[in-house]
Formats: sequence, structure tokens, C-alpha cells
Amino acid sequence: MNDHHEIVSSSAGVAGLYNAPTSVRMAHIAAGLKKRRAASKRLRIYGIAAICTAIGFLCILLTTIISNGYTALQQTEIAVTIDVPADEIVDANGVIDVDKSRNYNWDGLVKRSFRKAFPEVTGMLEQRSLGELLSANAGYDLRLQIEAAGTVPTGAVTYWVKSSDDVDMLMKGRMDRSIDEKKRRIKDNQLVWFDKIVAEGSVRLAFNSTFFTAADSREPESAGVLGAIVGSAMALVITVMLALPLAVMAAVYLEYFAPPGRLTDFIEVNVNNLAAVPSIVFGLLGLAVFLGFFGMPRSAPLVGGMVLALMTLPTIIIATRASIRAVPTSIRDAALGLGASPMQTALDHVLPLAAPGILTGTIIGIAQALGETAPLIMIGMVAFIVDVPTSFTDPATALPVQIFIWSDSAERAFYERASLAIMALLLFLISMNMTAVLLRRKFEKKW
Amino acid sequence: MTFLTSNVALLILTIIFGFVAYTLAHQRIRSHVARDGVKAHSLVKYYGVYAALWTLVPASVLALVWAFAADPLLINAAEARLRLAYPSLPPSFLELKAAQLQNIAAGFIDAPDEIMAAEAAALKESMNRVDLARVLTLLTVMMIGFLFAFLRITPQLKARVAFEGFLRRSFFAAAVLAILTTIGIISSLLFEAYRFFSEISMIDFFFGTHWSPMVSLREGTETAADEAVAGSSGSFGMVPVMLGTLLVALIAMLVAVPVGLFSAIYTADFAPRKVRNVIKPALEVLAGIPTVVYGYFAALTAAPFFRDAGMLVGLDVSSQSALAAGGVMGIMIIPFISSLSDDVISAVPQSLRDGALGLGSTRAETMLRVVLPSAFPGLVGAFLLAFSRAVGETMIVVMAAGVAANLTINPLESVTTVTVQIVMLLTGDNEFDSVKTLSAFALGITLFVVTLVLNIAALHVSRKLGQRYE
Repeated sequence: MNDHHEIVSSSAGVAGLYNAPTSVRMAHIAAGLKKRRAASKRLRIYGIAAICTAIGFLCILLTTIISNGYTALQQTEIAVTIDVPADEIVDANGVIDVDKSRNYNWDGLVKRSFRKAFPEVTGMLEQRSLGELLSANAGYDLRLQIEAAGTVPTGAVTYWVKSSDDVDMLMKGRMDRSIDEKKRRIKDNQLVWFDKIVAEGSVRLAFNSTFFTAADSREPESAGVLGAIVGSAMALVITVMLALPLAVMAAVYLEYFAPPGRLTDFIEVNVNNLAAVPSIVFGLLGLAVFLGFFGMPRSAPLVGGMVLALMTLPTIIIATRASIRAVPTSIRDAALGLGASPMQTALDHVLPLAAPGILTGTIIGIAQALGETAPLIMIGMVAFIVDVPTSFTDPATALPVQIFIWSDSAERAFYERASLAIMALLLFLISMNMTAVLLRRKFEKKW
Repeated sequence: MTFLTSNVALLILTIIFGFVAYTLAHQRIRSHVARDGVKAHSLVKYYGVYAALWTLVPASVLALVWAFAADPLLINAAEARLRLAYPSLPPSFLELKAAQLQNIAAGFIDAPDEIMAAEAAALKESMNRVDLARVLTLLTVMMIGFLFAFLRITPQLKARVAFEGFLRRSFFAAAVLAILTTIGIISSLLFEAYRFFSEISMIDFFFGTHWSPMVSLREGTETAADEAVAGSSGSFGMVPVMLGTLLVALIAMLVAVPVGLFSAIYTADFAPRKVRNVIKPALEVLAGIPTVVYGYFAALTAAPFFRDAGMLVGLDVSSQSALAAGGVMGIMIIPFISSLSDDVISAVPQSLRDGALGLGSTRAETMLRVVLPSAFPGLVGAFLLAFSRAVGETMIVVMAAGVAANLTINPLESVTTVTVQIVMLLTGDNEFDSVKTLSAFALGITLFVVTLVLNIAALHVSRKLGQRYE
């Protein structure tokens, strides 16, 4: 090889040294050695630097997300003393009448009660901006609280109601008080009132359970990830149900039954190429074929699952083929020699031994599908949906899409919720990958 | 009645049918064998499976076809009746009415007027009738299938062969699905793109330098003047969009290639085994992070950071700069490049290393002058694959890159990409066949072809490595 010759000649440097006495040659080599070793060290340092950069990026990414998101675990609540007028919402038997309760102006009640703590606030405009400290859904939350309790307490009782998202940001120190009032979402007078209730101790940070029990909402304080998680889960159920059997079937065919020839080659080329097609193209396929041609419902987890299944199919096929190939041929030969048919050999002897590998590949494929956003956006799973989906054809959204929607919105409070949702997503992904690794460790066989 | 025709009841019935078919066939073959005193061709379980398959498979196929065919037919019929009932309504309103009708029939909303109420009742009635017909048809098909199989069951029947033939054919069908998916992608993209190109000329699309699909079409007010504006201004020229895509992908490569390659060099040939065992999983974590997370990071952290940093040194950096999107995309593809390069470098035969080291070269010299030149084709292949991935990446650019198509190669400015435009054009309430949405498919096929060419080139280039040392 030419390369070798080059090394020798370049490190030796001066031509003609071959004829020089050994001591001269050694001296020359020794003189160059320091430089060469330094070059070697430099390359190693570059490598370490590159890895530190990559891991540094990972750390920055994770710390940004965690430091942005952990505060969303808490939600600011304001204590309001409310005297719920029982006669307005109970029927003759003293039981809460749902119809009456639904029609009652809870919002007005909460805001009136809140204003009582601020007798100095009189003007219409001022009173309105005072009310804006509370969540726009405060009345609705109170109604649910009372209806859940079943009885209306007599007299004034202190309730903790959610604050608006802006107050929440202020409370968590995510809003800069010093910037110009016009650019601030909380005005000067609201700051004064806020400081007053903080001084009174009627503001607290409580665990944000809404985040885990609600679907999306226009108000950050009422928004949660449950709807998105259920949507993702539904889509993934469809994905697994479609992709796993189809992929295993295709892999068994390609490994055991495919006659060598053009068609088989073409199938293999297709499988390998599909694995590298951008995911958004699968979304376009779903949009044009599933929605456009077959008229399936928009935004449905069913369609999302089907698109993701097509997308993960190549991944699982490739993993399954690899694990089938890892089963030693002696197993196959023994089964065939004892009279099993090729199909029996494949299904009864090879597949069970390849199962851990298939399972690992499937989990990795599903983890990929769970994080996939673009194809779901294409088929309309990006809609604003306030209900937790209950069937596979309900409009729904998915966890990564929810993150996208929240990151895209104007309210600062949605950003921290997006971060928390990312943490939930990463948690799911890490636990899936961990399961895959553990499965591989537990069942991995060296033949 | 509604329960009987519901899917759940049907599913339960199907399972029971399959089970019964299996059991009956089982009994039949046993009694045959006992009576005739001959050995059955296959194991008895295969006769049961044979009957169960004949019972279930034709019915399942029919049910699937029915699910796609029946409701659209009914709704079409209802729409035709609506057209008679409201002769003056334009077609788009009729579609709306038809959708409304379905909701009324399903009981979600109340009918606004009597015509609608009557039509909804009729629709509901016919849907119920069709549901009943479906159940009856499916049950009949199951019965026929079962009887057909049951009567053929004799010890001479090669039940296992038949079953295995069925399995083999379905396995083949599953494998062909890969081809079908590709065909589906190409044909659906081509079909919509063809409709687009029948309105906008290909030359304007591929060589036009002005892209503004949103302005060019004012829905509903398409006068001749508007058409002329849309045509003459060349609003569907994809050059700036493609340029933006390449710019962002190039920035990503500039970040990812050095970092990825040097980490691969280190992990493959320099790192002690223990270090390697820590680094590889860490990079895999980086690879497993969903792109939407990178998008969040790019939009809410990296972009503001670059803008503020630019302001400090007196540079005007856009808040949606190509630099931020491309840089974060680069971080995303670092693990991709490092793991592919690691594989390629590790695939270089050890004998080459031993030879170089034995002749007295240092490890760096071995790496730079022997291993890397040998691995070069494979590395180029890896970079091409990574570039293809950067071109097709969607979420980072949707969240962090711009929407407006600027014809620029300045990384500090905002550019848009093919994927951003596809998402922009196809989200929101668009009519499915306006030129605007069709243009997304034209972009889609372009993207597909570009990534396909890159992938094939990558495969082709890296194959050379294998040929050299096998």
C-alpha cells in the first residue's frame, strides 16, 4: 500500500538517511518523535473535546428543559372567602341541582367575593383588572369543587382558587417586574394587589394536579397532558397491533420463504429505503390515502396509529430479520431433520428463540413512533381538543404534538407546561428503552 | 337491536364462531379417523384451524371492505337527496349540510329545520338497516365458509399443507406491503403534484425565485385578475425554499460532522473499553430524544440566545435565524454521524492498523493516514445519509425557522424550508384541492426524490468499502 510507504518516508523526512550511520538515523527519528507524539496526543484531545461537546449539549438541553419545566408541577392559588348562596343551586330537598348549578353565575360569585377583600378598588376598569388576577376558569373550578362535595356549606368559607397564568408566572419569578409597564402582562396596580395578598398569606403554590388529569385548554392553568397521553397511547396500540404482526410475517418471509430473485431484491430495497424516508412523507401518504382516498376521520388516533405503523414497519422488519438470523442454523437443521415442515420450523422453533430480539426491536420502534410529531400533524392530530378521547376515532392529539402546540402559543405559562410535558415524554421513552436494554440483557444468548 | 348490530357484539360472535368451527372440525376428523381406521394426513389441530380460517378469513375481508364502502355510499345518497331538497345551495354548503346531517343522525346535535330532521331520520334508518344487513351478511358468509370447509374434512385432506400455504401467502402479502407503501407514497404524491402542475408550470415551480403561496390565492374571489397575479408573480417558485433547506442542512452538517467524526475516531480506536461503554449509551440518549424536544430547545432557548449574542456584538440576528435551527439540528444528528462513522471505522480490517503500527507509526498517524483513507467511502456514505436526514427533518425547522421564503444564504437571516412549507400549507382549514394545498404535495415529491437520491448515493458510495476488503 502506498500509504505505508508515505508514512515511513515522511516521518523519516530527509531522503538519503537510509545510507547514513545508525546513530544519525536514530537521532533523526528521536528528534521527530516528540512532534509525532504531540500530534497523536492532539488527535486524542480533539476526540475527547468532541465527545465533551456532544455530552455538554445533552446536559444543556436537559438542564434547560428541567429548569424551565419543574415549576409547572405547582400552580399558584389564591384564597378567596366565598359565601355560596345555597338557595340558588340546591333543589327543595337540599340536594345540589345540576341544572341550577350549571346556570348559576359562578364566575360572578368568585369575582364578587374576591373584590370584597379590596374595598378600595371601586372603578369598573379597576375591578375588572382585579378580577384578572384569578383564573378565567375559577368559577368553573369552584362549581366542580362544590358539586363534587355534594353539599353547599353554610356561611363564608375560604376556597383556594387558581390564579391566572400571569400571576402564576409572577409568583414563580418568571416575570420581570422592572420592565416597562406597557410591555408587561401584569400592570402596576395589579402588582400592588398581588403584593397585598402575598403579604396577607392568601397566595400559595399547590401541586398542579390539573396537569395530569385534564386535556388541553385555552387557559394554561386548566391545561393538562392526560388527553395527549391517552391519544398517544391509543395511536401506539394501533401501531403495535398492525406493525408487529406484519413486520414479523414479512421478516419470516424474507428470511425463510422468499425465493431469490428480482421481486425479493425489490422488496428488500424497499424495506431499507422506507426506513430512511423522512417521516413527514409518511404524513403526506396518510393525508392523501387514508383521509383523502378512504375518507377516514381526521385527527383520529386510528389513522395516526396506521401512519406510525407504516413508518415503524421497516425498523421492526430489520430488527426481526437480524434476530432471526442470530438463531443458529443447527436449530433449524435439527427441526427439519426431525420432519418438521419449513413453516413449523420457522414458527415453532426459530421464532420463539428470536422473540427477545423481536421484542427489543419492537420497543425501540415504538419509542421512535411515540416521539414522532410531523406525520401526526399532517393527518390533523394537531387540533385543539379539550376532551380526553374515548374511542379510536375520536379527535385526539398526541403527547409530542401537544408539546409542539404549547411551545407555539403566546402565553409564557404554556412554555413551562411544554417543558413538563417533555419531561413526561422523555420519562416514557427512557423507561421503554431501559426495558429494551434489560430484555436484551436477560434473554441475550451467545450460541 | 343496536347492541346486536354493534361492532363489539359482532366481534364476540366472530370469536365464538371461530371457536365452534375449530371444535366441530376437530370432532369430525376424530370421528372419521376412528370410523375409517385410517391415519389423518395432518395433525388433528390443523383440521380445526383449517375450518376456523375458512369461517373467519372471508368474513373478515368482507367486513373490512364493508367498513370502507358502506358509510360513504349512504352519505353520498343522503347528499344527493339534500341536493334535491335544497336546490339553491352551492356545493360547498351541501357538504357542510351533509356533515351536519351525520351529526344529527348520530344524535350529537339537534336538527335546525324539518327537512333536515326528516333527512336525518331517513339516514339513520338506512344506516340501521345497513348495519343489520351487515351482521346478517357476515354471519351468512361465516356459515358458508364453515360448511365449505367442514364438508371437505376427511382424513385425506391435506389440512396442514393448506394452512401453511395460506400462511405463506399472507407472509408474502406482508412483505409486499413494503412495496405497496412505496407505491402509495409515490403515486399519491405524484397524483396531487400532477394536479398542481396542470395549473402551475413546472419551470415556474422548479426555477421560480419567488415563493408566497399564501398571498397568491384569495379563496372565493378568484377573478381573472387574481389568477393573472398568481400566475405572473410566480409565487410558487421553490428556489428560495430549497436554498433555505440546503442552508439549514449545511449548517447542521458543519456542526455535526466535526463533532461526530472526532467522537467516532476517539470511541473506535482511542477510548479504553470502560470509557467507550459509558459514551456510547450517552450518545444513544441524544439520538433517542424526539425532534420536537430539539425544536422546543431551538425555538425557546437557542434562537433567543443567538439573537441576544448578535445584539451584543452589533449584529442583527433574526429571531428565527437559520443559524439557530441549523445549529440545533446539528446537535440532533451528531449521534447519527458518530454511530455510523464508528461502525465504518471499526469495519476497517485490524490488519491495516497492525501493519501501520508495526512499521512504527503513531496511533494518530495510523488513524489519519491509514484507517481514515480506507474508511473514506463509508464515511462519505454516512455523511450523505445524515444530510438526507437533515433535509427531511421537520419539527426543529417548523418550530425555529421562518415562514417567509427569503432568497439568501446569510445564516443570520430567517429562511424557510421545504418541510416547514408543507406543514404550513397543510395545517389549518384549507380546502383539500386548492392550488395552495396541492403545492405541498409538489414540495413533498421533491423532498422524497431528493432524500431518495441522497440515500441511494450513500448506499452506492459506501458499498465500495465492502468491495475493497471482502
